[in-house]
Amino acid sequence: MTDETLDCKGLICPRPLFETLKRLKKMEMGKTIEVIGDYPFSKSEITEAMDKMGQEVVVVSEEGGIWQIVIRKRR
Amino acid sequence: MPKLALVVFSGELDKAFVAFTIASRAAAEGWDVLMFFTFWGLGIIRDPDRSVQKTTQVEKVFDAALPRGADDLRISQMTMSELGTTLMKEQMSAKRMLPIREMMREAKEFGVRFLVCNIPMELMGIRKEEFVDEVDEICSVGRYLEEAKDADLNLFI
Repeated sequence: MTDETLDCKGLICPRPLFETLKRLKKMEMGKTIEVIGDYPFSKSEITEAMDKMGQEVVVVSEEGGIWQIVIRKRR
Repeated sequence: MPKLALVVFSGELDKAFVAFTIASRAAAEGWDVLMFFTFWGLGIIRDPDRSVQKTTQVEKVFDAALPRGADDLRISQMTMSELGTTLMKEQMSAKRMLPIREMMREAKEFGVRFLVCNIPMELMGIRKEEFVDEVDEICSVGRYLEEAKDADLNLFI
């Protein structure tokens, strides 16, 4: 179970990434958020941005066109 | 962290869309981002609720001709009178994109700095009281150059 969930289904680039970043900003250090979406480009965009920013990507999965990314706030 | 200096010369919806998207994308990742609004770009940052009494005829013409803020912009291509702009706004809404005014607020939230060139303000009679709160400072080209010279990426939109 994650601390928070963000549903980005139906949103296209760059909205899923921007919404993820805005939520992360408000979260406490060490907390986790599950982001789900269906826009293909956003999956890699979010994971790459998190890596660059030093956030921990805990899980990346995809099933039936819906991806799920779990992030732990590290900074 | 890298630095991006973005000159916003244009005042059309599509170009503002690209400018704010790139600026926010970079700032969100922690880049130091500044947008330097000049010439037609000044129409984007006008606040429609903050009009100022213009004195000369020329000022009055510019006042009427320039867009009254981010929600008053038109697209640069495929204009088809007003139809192109209406279609684009509808499409942005259907795709759950933010309107330009909201994109501007978001850019600010991500830490983008808003600088405004003083020269077109003088030429078109635009006062600082007409701008939205997101504007950080009115400055000279010299100030922009100072910022831009150590930027990793300089864009002109």
